[in-house]
Amino acid sequence: MLTKKQRAVLTRIFTWAGLLIGASFAAFPVLWMVSSSFKPNPRIFATPPKLIEEGSSFSAYLSIIHDPEKIRFFINSYIVALSVSVLTLIVAILAAFAFSRFEFPGKRILNVVIISVQAVPPITLLIPFFGLMVALKLYNTYHGLILTYMVFTLPYAIIMLTGYFNTLPRELDEAAKVDGTTSFGALWRVLVPISVPGIVSVGIYTFMIAWNEYLFALTLTRTNDMRTVPIGIQLLMGQHSYEWNEMMAMSVLGSIPVLLLFIFFQRYFIGGMTAGSVKN
Amino acid sequence: MTVRTDLLKGNDGFMKSRSSIIQRIKGTAVPYAYLTPTLTLLTMLMATPIIMVVWYSFQSGAITDKNPHFVGFDNYIDVLTDPKFHTALANTVWFVVLSVVAHMIIGLAFAMMLNASCLSTFTKTFFRTLFVLPWLLTVAIIAILWRLILNPNGVANALLSGLGLIEPHKEWLADPHLALAAIILINIWAGYPFFMISILAGLQGIPADLYEAAEVDGAGPIRRFWSITLPQLKPIIVSMALLDIIWTSQQFALIWMTTGGGPLNKTEMLSTYTYKLAFAKYAFSSASSSAVIVLILSMLLAFFYVQSQRARD
Repeated sequence: MLTKKQRAVLTRIFTWAGLLIGASFAAFPVLWMVSSSFKPNPRIFATPPKLIEEGSSFSAYLSIIHDPEKIRFFINSYIVALSVSVLTLIVAILAAFAFSRFEFPGKRILNVVIISVQAVPPITLLIPFFGLMVALKLYNTYHGLILTYMVFTLPYAIIMLTGYFNTLPRELDEAAKVDGTTSFGALWRVLVPISVPGIVSVGIYTFMIAWNEYLFALTLTRTNDMRTVPIGIQLLMGQHSYEWNEMMAMSVLGSIPVLLLFIFFQRYFIGGMTAGSVKN
Repeated sequence: MTVRTDLLKGNDGFMKSRSSIIQRIKGTAVPYAYLTPTLTLLTMLMATPIIMVVWYSFQSGAITDKNPHFVGFDNYIDVLTDPKFHTALANTVWFVVLSVVAHMIIGLAFAMMLNASCLSTFTKTFFRTLFVLPWLLTVAIIAILWRLILNPNGVANALLSGLGLIEPHKEWLADPHLALAAIILINIWAGYPFFMISILAGLQGIPADLYEAAEVDGAGPIRRFWSITLPQLKPIIVSMALLDIIWTSQQFALIWMTTGGGPLNKTEMLSTYTYKLAFAKYAFSSASSSAVIVLILSMLLAFFYVQSQRARD
């Protein structure tokens, strides 16, 4: 039989061992990506593998920064992802308000539709979207991509924000209405300001979805000046030789925005995820 | 939308009931006004494409021909009798089951460690950030990164053959015996953090007095895990698992950018099979029926998900 003290020590040892094994599993590939982005291309597969290869430099980063075509991929990704976040939030806040504060015929059915819509496979929508975007003259445009991504972000955002609004007491907006404000005023002046944590986390999540999307970005754009980062990275592949260090440098640069968002908004992020998906 | 109730004071009942009907109508109109943008978008970009793809699936020569004609279920019969479709379906099932089970186990294990009471807040935050890293990378980036790591001359082979575990220069993504396992491994790495974060949130929501009571009753840590932690987490785990099954079964980019469904169709999934029919062979009619089959399967999963959500309310 172990004493309490021995047990506590054992728990500590096991926890730390687990943490370190887990950390190497999670972080080693990312570390390798960063280290490879600094290596000279001929030394990428040098044996034995080293984290810091001789002749490491920023040259891969510099060649990306000095290439307007590659910079354009980043600009495109920012334009699309930011637009998707803002537009999704506006539309979703309005819808979530209706779900959270009103009773109306068809509410239950609409709720089920919005949950189910999340499960519609992108590949199913891809074929008709291709035809639809060509017909609407939105093929190979920002607008086309932004509209497309809203289909994927909106249901999630509505569900999350409805959950968030439901945690806020109705008295808040009721009180504003008694003071003679319309429900719209109560929403924008009372509910939205106190929902900032939830709104921020949903905004980050929608940004991530748009920033990361690959299938539609591949199919609904044609020219390099409309391509986003994921497709841009792929274009670096497969031409004649693999510029591994440049691909890794672009991957690092492509990961930084999401990483920074996560680091700065961790608390919101994790709090927001639970507001919508975990009911206590 | 305010209704001036001050005019009604002291009026007779008739006026009151009439105004209440108007108020009811107005009251119903308000939520719909808020929902208009959402309903417009979903009609235009969700309902319309689904109707279109179903329509294509019953035609011959959809999109490509000037005058496609109705062929009933022919396309469905073609797809359902195609051996490649069977392969894709079987691969997808393996891919989903193994990925989701691993996501669940790793997510739960990591969340339990991050919730351990013996750690300081700083330690928890630090490791949580490390553990979440794979989730912050784009699928396209994950695919390229693992191609570098699993390259025959890459670091995985160097480390594993250095330890004497494998022959050197293994072609992880090009060997028919290894490719599916390699892709599942990549997907496990890419997807566990979502489970981890959700379970972590769930763990923090479990009332501490449950554990205290169990400790007083003399339950050890293993017993506490089985009889408190898991039952408390069950609703989260069930709905996460369903969501993960839906997402994993639809995974495209990861496979497309690592193996493209090869070698010898060993990693062909329903998504890559459908994509190739449409955008490599331009067989849009067959591709559409395959896409509808995938939709039906996903909707069945979604039905279970909605049921699980209902059970939680």
